[in-house]
Amino acid sequence: MSLSIIDTCVNCWACLDVCPSDAIYDDKPHFMIDAKKCTECEGDHADPQCASICPIEGAILDAAGEAVNPPGSLTGIPPEMMEKAMAEIQSR
Amino acid sequence: MELTVLNETQSESGGGCSSSSCGSSNDQLGHLPDAIKEKVHNHPCYSEEAHHYFARMHVAVAPACNIQCHYCNRKYDCANESRPGVVSELLTPDQAVKKTKAVAATIPQMTVLGIAGPGDPLANPERTFETFRRLSAEAPDIKLCVSTNGLALPDAVEELAQHNIDHVTITINCVDPEIGAKIYPWIFWNNRRIRGKKAAKILIEQQQKGLEMLVERGILVKVNSVMIPGVNDDHLKEVSRIVKQKGAFLHNVMPLIAEAEHGTFYGVMGQRGPSNEELMELQDECAGDMNMMRHCRQCRADAVGLLGEDRGDEFTIDKIEEMEIDYDEAMKKRAVIHQGIAEELAEKEKKRAALAAVKVPSGPSVENTNFRPVMMAVATSGGGMINQHFGHATEFLIYEASSQGVRFIQHRKVDQYCIGNDTCGEKESALAGSIRSLSGCEVVLCSKIGFEPWGLLEEAGIQPNGEHAMEPIEEAIIAVYEEMIATGKLDESRVSDTQMSA
Repeated sequence: MSLSIIDTCVNCWACLDVCPSDAIYDDKPHFMIDAKKCTECEGDHADPQCASICPIEGAILDAAGEAVNPPGSLTGIPPEMMEKAMAEIQSR
Repeated sequence: MELTVLNETQSESGGGCSSSSCGSSNDQLGHLPDAIKEKVHNHPCYSEEAHHYFARMHVAVAPACNIQCHYCNRKYDCANESRPGVVSELLTPDQAVKKTKAVAATIPQMTVLGIAGPGDPLANPERTFETFRRLSAEAPDIKLCVSTNGLALPDAVEELAQHNIDHVTITINCVDPEIGAKIYPWIFWNNRRIRGKKAAKILIEQQQKGLEMLVERGILVKVNSVMIPGVNDDHLKEVSRIVKQKGAFLHNVMPLIAEAEHGTFYGVMGQRGPSNEELMELQDECAGDMNMMRHCRQCRADAVGLLGEDRGDEFTIDKIEEMEIDYDEAMKKRAVIHQGIAEELAEKEKKRAALAAVKVPSGPSVENTNFRPVMMAVATSGGGMINQHFGHATEFLIYEASSQGVRFIQHRKVDQYCIGNDTCGEKESALAGSIRSLSGCEVVLCSKIGFEPWGLLEEAGIQPNGEHAMEPIEEAIIAVYEEMIATGKLDESRVSDTQMSA
């Protein structure tokens, strides 16, 4: 059982500081979770700490490979609004 | 009738009041007790005057954040962009110390080192305090300051006091959780992500507690607020009153920066920022309760140099690794230069005191002493002088002249963020941008101006004026205002007040 970090990570260090298991390490191009060390915070905290402080939607996946923080869940921006805005910027 | 300079100097014309914390000024440092003035006189961020002489830098050692604000997006890192929360290169504390010393030795005018992010400095206590610890020991001639959202502040106050940090900036956008819930979608608190009103309530309590604790320990506190029209604009008057009551020495109301391309909640959702006029009006309303800060440039978390300029490119990690800095030697050089600047500023202060008694020429048109105030824009490249070509100005300083004197109101950027650039956003001619940024002004003072802009400015009801090139700003503004009075220009109300306002 382990969470994982994908390439949308912005390397902000927040998760590394709060991990109770020292499972997160600074790597290139982005931070990584050592699957052998990760406990998903069981026994330490009610919620996995990295996924509770991570500011980037979709950057942390659970053991099943699903985003812990899906689009819109952290910023409050409805995904369709974000898509529309990005499409508009691209077209300029 | 007497016209006085209102900023950063005491007025002798206010009916026998001799205390420097009194007088007619409601602006910036004029109001402060001498003890605080002494602490901030060479801090470029606190005084429109000092920022022409002293430089500051931010070191980006604090990437982590413990809250989300709707005006921030942690993904964004555009090199062309200048706003808080954006950096090009993150530093370790060791690199930050090296960079600070390299900058201090190369730019001896650099007096202040701040840690401002790109996350929240106090959410990165080890990296932030390691940097402060080493700098207070190795570079004692540099003032240290830090800015924070306040969530972790109460726990950090003891340590801040130990490192001789005498300035802390807390960003306080509200004191009401209802409003806070519209600004902060979540906070990370006691190992949980907390949302909504509950989150805002905790954040507000921590901010207020942190403010009180800092004031108790004699640490100067400045409060930053982001003005978000329709969300907290009215409410900021109450914020201003409360933070002043609790002992904050300065309040800095800044305009929301929100563009869709920033990918922030406010940007994408179409929340607009305030107009120059709205910002000015709110700052004026808050000023009744508070010393207001007017010239904040909302700089990046890795800015280097004088306000409004960025010399960060000269001090990248690669470049500083190659520099050999003898800091003891640099400190001697710095002390000499700081002394020189102090003398120059004292000289200017004396001149200003003399200026406090400028007389308006008497005549039939000056019988009425209740002339309307006039806003004027100034193109300057620093030094408190009118010394910039109109076409070269990337920003204008806006002053108000009235029968009470001259006061600095705000600076206005000519190129708004990412506008006027081929690569992002719509292109707008620099000239149209300049004229638009001058809305509400009746005069623009500059060293020189071309034929084409002259005509366009006149059409827009703004009188270009190059007659006071190389003169001190306040003196020139008083002279122009006196001339307007003498020639009867202020006898009738302004014909069209609405043209060109964006």
